[in-house]
Amino acid sequence: MVDFNRFTLANGLKVLVHEDATTPMAVLNILYDVGARDEDPNKTGFAHLFEHLMFGGSVNIPSYDEPLQRVGGENNAFTSNDITNYYITLPAENIETAFWLESDRMLSLAFSEKSLDTQRNVVSEEFKQRYLNQPYGDVWLKLRPLAYKKHSYRWATIGKELSHIENATMDDVKAFFKKHYTPQNAILVVGGNVKTEDVKKLAEKWFEPIPAGEKYNRDLVREEPQTEARQETVKANVPLNAIYMAFKMPGRLNDDYYAFDLLSDILSRGQSSRLYNSLLKEQQLFSDINAYISSSLDPGLFIVEGKLIEGVTVETAEKAIWAELDKLKAELVSDMELTKVKNKVESVLVFSEMSLLDKAMNLAYYELLGDAALLNNETEAFLKVEAEDIRRISNETFNLNSSSTLYYLTEENA
Amino acid sequence: MLNRQQAPDFKQVSTINFIQPEKKVMDNGVPVFTIYSGEQDLVRIEFIFENVNWKLEKPLQAIAVSALINNGTNKLTSKEIAEQIDFYGAFFQTEYVQDQSLVTLYTLNKHLHSVLPIVKDVLSASQFPQHELDIYIQNQKQKLQVNLKKNDILSRKEFANALFGDTAYGVNIKAEHYDALKREDLLEYFKAAYAPNNCTIVVSGKFNDAAFNLLNGAFGKDWEKSSAVKNSFNFNTTDKQVIYVEKPEALQSAIRIGQLAINRKHEDFSGLQILNTVLGGYFGSRLMNNIREDKGYTYGIGSGISSLQQAGYLFIATEVGADVCSAALTEIYKEIDILKNELIGEEELNLVRNYMLGSMLGSLENVFSHADKFKNIYFSGLDYDYYTNYIETVKSITAEELLALANKYFTTEHFTEVVIGKK
Repeated sequence: MVDFNRFTLANGLKVLVHEDATTPMAVLNILYDVGARDEDPNKTGFAHLFEHLMFGGSVNIPSYDEPLQRVGGENNAFTSNDITNYYITLPAENIETAFWLESDRMLSLAFSEKSLDTQRNVVSEEFKQRYLNQPYGDVWLKLRPLAYKKHSYRWATIGKELSHIENATMDDVKAFFKKHYTPQNAILVVGGNVKTEDVKKLAEKWFEPIPAGEKYNRDLVREEPQTEARQETVKANVPLNAIYMAFKMPGRLNDDYYAFDLLSDILSRGQSSRLYNSLLKEQQLFSDINAYISSSLDPGLFIVEGKLIEGVTVETAEKAIWAELDKLKAELVSDMELTKVKNKVESVLVFSEMSLLDKAMNLAYYELLGDAALLNNETEAFLKVEAEDIRRISNETFNLNSSSTLYYLTEENA
Repeated sequence: MLNRQQAPDFKQVSTINFIQPEKKVMDNGVPVFTIYSGEQDLVRIEFIFENVNWKLEKPLQAIAVSALINNGTNKLTSKEIAEQIDFYGAFFQTEYVQDQSLVTLYTLNKHLHSVLPIVKDVLSASQFPQHELDIYIQNQKQKLQVNLKKNDILSRKEFANALFGDTAYGVNIKAEHYDALKREDLLEYFKAAYAPNNCTIVVSGKFNDAAFNLLNGAFGKDWEKSSAVKNSFNFNTTDKQVIYVEKPEALQSAIRIGQLAINRKHEDFSGLQILNTVLGGYFGSRLMNNIREDKGYTYGIGSGISSLQQAGYLFIATEVGADVCSAALTEIYKEIDILKNELIGEEELNLVRNYMLGSMLGSLENVFSHADKFKNIYFSGLDYDYYTNYIETVKSITAEELLALANKYFTTEHFTEVVIGKK
């Protein structure tokens, strides 16, 4: 149970407070409702590049990191296709420094040319390090445009290509800031050894004077239902053949989300899971096999991926995956198997309350979903899923005509 | 009127409280250290075994045992073990590190009595079936092939081997080592290492007397002792070594540079940690400021000091654009030179002091982190005075003392420099 209090400032900024007196620390987490899905198709990777620029100094404070380190704090951020999330942890008695820093960069950035120059390079190196200079590193750069034809999920957070980042201009940066970094487009969570009334005073002092800005109304192009099997073959300097299969599934707010999450657990959570036992242990077709969901806000993907044992043909391996998926479409999972994955989820949720930062991030994310209180109903939502739900969604999802399959092959094999 | 240019007042962290463990001993003599917290109904139990009987000709013995220990006993198959643990929502994890092999159980309190017997069966009667070993060998060899395509991993392997040679700390594992694995070797190692006389248990979470009795009932008896010799190594500082593995297609080069140093037991260790923080131990470090934030050569660069039971080493690691690799190397050595020749300014040093104290406070996030802090000192033969001294050193060390430490430990004529990619 993660308790919280909630209020909204005059400029529209939502504030949540989670009091936890067991720690001497505090967390200030701010979620901006903007991600790679909000980008222009010709300027991709921008939400993430912008996240880097948020550390390049703000209108009244030349350096963001230094004053924070000076009071014993640390910070970081991440960007996904849906959101951009910034967080600070610091000794609770120095919490005002976090308000000072975070509110100033919501007010306005310094927009320094030097910072833009440097971060273009840094992000280009990040692109190379994580996506281009790793075996199989560019899988998502290939798989997204195969699975999505219209929706902006068709590019990855890092962007479609290096040139989009290299060509970013200061005007782009300013326009992006004005459009998305407004109080009414953000959710602030303060957690730890703090009191709600103190947080309220600090929020009113530092954040309330920031102009509300214009409301951003998201109007994304929808993905049309997929009606044909899609396949693509890539050959690269990798040692093993691999298969990546992507199926369309509903977005995070759909009632079936919890059933999909359990379905991926049945297939692939741990050494008692189906894919691991059948495909890796018994049939020995894969040396690695996984299933997971993308958990995105708009309709997402259910992924099955594996690396093949040398000598196994792609046809055999793919057929074996389909056999497992077909089994879920035909037969109900047993009570025992369903209870197992539910118990595991219950346990994961209890363990996740061990981390103050995780609690703060979760509150912000669930508030974005509509209501932070949903976080405390998670266990119940998972327990409601029935075997029939699993079979039903398997039938709705695992169909050749809504699948996108990427064959990632060694150079000798292509 | 709000003055946004004026930083709010702040305080340096004054007190840091460590939760110290309570020690109990099971009927067979195994010590159990408990860090108690009643906030959540859960517990973590770590069974920690020292690594023993090192044999160069069988470098994967301990690693394979750690990976395969839950793959079958006389009573339960691999799948049954996993199903039962998962059914109770528990987590069973094994980890092999340079000095120790850890088996960790995470469980909700309500299922402790159900999962402990499974763990006991695994730790006392694991069988390492041949077909499980065959699958392991096949899959590990494939994973190794993928890893050998990663420049960062190659640089770690080369660096460890250059510093520590063919010991448990440095041996460069190859595919043929997997092929040579024999079931008898695993059984032999399991018997020698996973025994009560080689075990320390560290518990964190809600763990009361009744829970201790459950643990003692399961593990305090019917668990065979062994005789084993704890691994022991000696290392000597080398002359400058330059290792370059060229990868013509590389977009980035992995750099790893460093040398043998001291471990936690040495009185200079805390001071060296401060010096390391200045150089590359936090986001605002000199290496990050220069090589990422000023030059944009890399996504990240850092330095570290690692404390092993029988050695310590310091290192600087990064992945940089292949076209700027030589320039990055030059800048790294330049920063080391500055550390050895110029006093660290008052403002920077105070910032680092405050940052490190805040970071220490923040690292004690929950009961598990308190247990980790205990393990750090206990397995180095230290007590909580270590942390008192650490905090005192962070607060009071002088720039002159840090300059002396830089000259004592950053001896570039003894550096090992590994580059994988292009120069």
